[in-house]
Amino acid sequence: MSDSHRVLTAHWHDPSVIPLAGYEAAGGYRALRTALGMSADELIQVVKDSGLRGRGGAGFPTGMKWSFVPRDSGKPTFVTVNFDESEPGTCNNRELVEREPHALIEGSAIAARAIDCHLAFIYVRGEYLWQGQVLQRALDEAYATGYLGRGIMGGDYDLDIVLHRGAGAYICGEETALLSSLEGFRGQPRLRPPFPAVEGLYESPTVINNVETLMNVPHIVNNGADWFKSIGTEKAPGTKVFTISGKVERPGNYELPMGTPMRELLEEHAGGVLGGRALKAWTPGGSSTPFLTADHLDVGLDFESVMDAGSLLGTGAIMVLDETDCMVEAARRLVEFYAHESCGKCTPCREGTWWASRVLGRIESGYGHEDDLPVMADMGENILFRAFCALADGAVSPIQSTLQHFMDEYEAHIREGRCPVTGTGPGREAGGDRPAEDDRPAGDVTFAATGPFEIQGAPS
Amino acid sequence: MTVFEGERLDEARAIIARYPHGRQRSAVMPLLYLAQSVEGWVTRDALREIAGLIGVRTAEVEAVATFYTMLRPRPTGTHLIAVCTNLSCALLGGNELLEAAHEASGVPIGGEVSDDGEFSVHEEECLGVCELAPVIQVNVANHDRVTPERVREIVGSLRSGEVPQPARGPAVESFKAASRILAGLEPLAEEGATA
Repeated sequence: MSDSHRVLTAHWHDPSVIPLAGYEAAGGYRALRTALGMSADELIQVVKDSGLRGRGGAGFPTGMKWSFVPRDSGKPTFVTVNFDESEPGTCNNRELVEREPHALIEGSAIAARAIDCHLAFIYVRGEYLWQGQVLQRALDEAYATGYLGRGIMGGDYDLDIVLHRGAGAYICGEETALLSSLEGFRGQPRLRPPFPAVEGLYESPTVINNVETLMNVPHIVNNGADWFKSIGTEKAPGTKVFTISGKVERPGNYELPMGTPMRELLEEHAGGVLGGRALKAWTPGGSSTPFLTADHLDVGLDFESVMDAGSLLGTGAIMVLDETDCMVEAARRLVEFYAHESCGKCTPCREGTWWASRVLGRIESGYGHEDDLPVMADMGENILFRAFCALADGAVSPIQSTLQHFMDEYEAHIREGRCPVTGTGPGREAGGDRPAEDDRPAGDVTFAATGPFEIQGAPS
Repeated sequence: MTVFEGERLDEARAIIARYPHGRQRSAVMPLLYLAQSVEGWVTRDALREIAGLIGVRTAEVEAVATFYTMLRPRPTGTHLIAVCTNLSCALLGGNELLEAAHEASGVPIGGEVSDDGEFSVHEEECLGVCELAPVIQVNVANHDRVTPERVREIVGSLRSGEVPQPARGPAVESFKAASRILAGLEPLAEEGATA
């Protein structure tokens, strides 16, 4: 990896920065001291000027988010750190915290200072059991050193940070679902407005930021907005810690300037496609972002460039599939994920993801119908933008993008009754008939021309 | 059976005190984890007692307990083996690991616990260690780049009373012990100060 643009990962080779003393020796907590000497307006302004945008998927300008918090609500304000990293393919937050936990505490404390918050929460996904312990140990050290608690760093500013563990629900990464969960309810999203900045945790003004976003903040305070803007692209300054996984030689988390072409990440850093095979498809930002193909290798990995190419930067989680992978299977597995993780609140999501996963499963296993393809396209259109939150939209990404780029693979599954890539499936009779209905897998779905869906093998 | 009494009740009160006054409902998840650490799963008694502790109805606690997959409203094995089969792991053999875990542990596919009560197997969505796929967790501790052979070895070790060292952090001896960590009651030792 070229070291010139390593900001958040500059100390990843050095385990001495994990304990507080080592983090301080490397310059840690200097930014918090500076921030305590600045006004809230000054802090918000420098983050606004830096152009920092949220790294959790949406890319919303961080300073602007902070500025939406009203000063005169008469209520307490809260910072809530979203460490519920659960987007399939994404693991940069995990490694950032494992290798430099105090950087998250420092960034969170500065954010708290900017909105005059005295109680912050870090919501960590339950599966990050050890990472939560690492973070709690760092919090305990920060309290013991006077960097958290009453009168931090000897001044008059009080701040507590409480770690809260999730329990295995992807939806809690959605900010309003996260708040519901933290308040002790099922993790279901809320209708916006009101936005969390006005009415969030405990009906009070709340800022919710991603781990990587907050870890950028101390560097911005230390080095200034102009320094930050000198990295990355004009509209997306800074670096991004990309996770690349799947069929590559050297999967891992790589910090590169925003806008770095996918080709450079794949070939120079990740060592190319596993076994020298041909690239077939990749997600730019996790399972919620439409697949791109080998035709998109020169796309720059920043919000605007990826969007221009027809997808989304999301969390910067690149999952790579090669020529031996079946795209129908990939789409089915990802849609199954959304069906499993749908919180059940909105009908298009709860029902649509389930039905879509069944139809994809039928095509994958060689029992697809000719009219399944328009049905899939229709389902996508009827799920997209019709639910409270973006989870349902995420489910549509693998459906629509595989139909767009890999229609021939769908058609071959249906025509041949088997997967054209792996060869699995019953195959068609010589006469071209579909495989016998009786051989269909249990739970397959039948669409009648009129009337309701039937499920084979379901109790009536 | 009373779940929260003596030391457990003190711990429950300390958990509630993490949250602002009047917001004790926020403690429901760590309290459910604490109950799970005592009984190995979330029992009806636990639901009722937690409702009493935070001043809500039992049904409201149950609504939370049944929403989250890491809270188990059914009897669970001494050890929980979680296998990721989401895309990055599936591309590199995650489905074979799930098969191996079921086969080696004796937990039937679709079943909850092995006959001897030692194991539960759970098919997981993304565990957030995609760069080291395929991965599993044993009592919520990570094992990276796992093979079906390694799954069988791990199950064998657990059967003989040894919990294998995970890829990062200390070994977690049981699902109950994991639940106690998740309730925020087990700080890491200083010695573990390196990754």
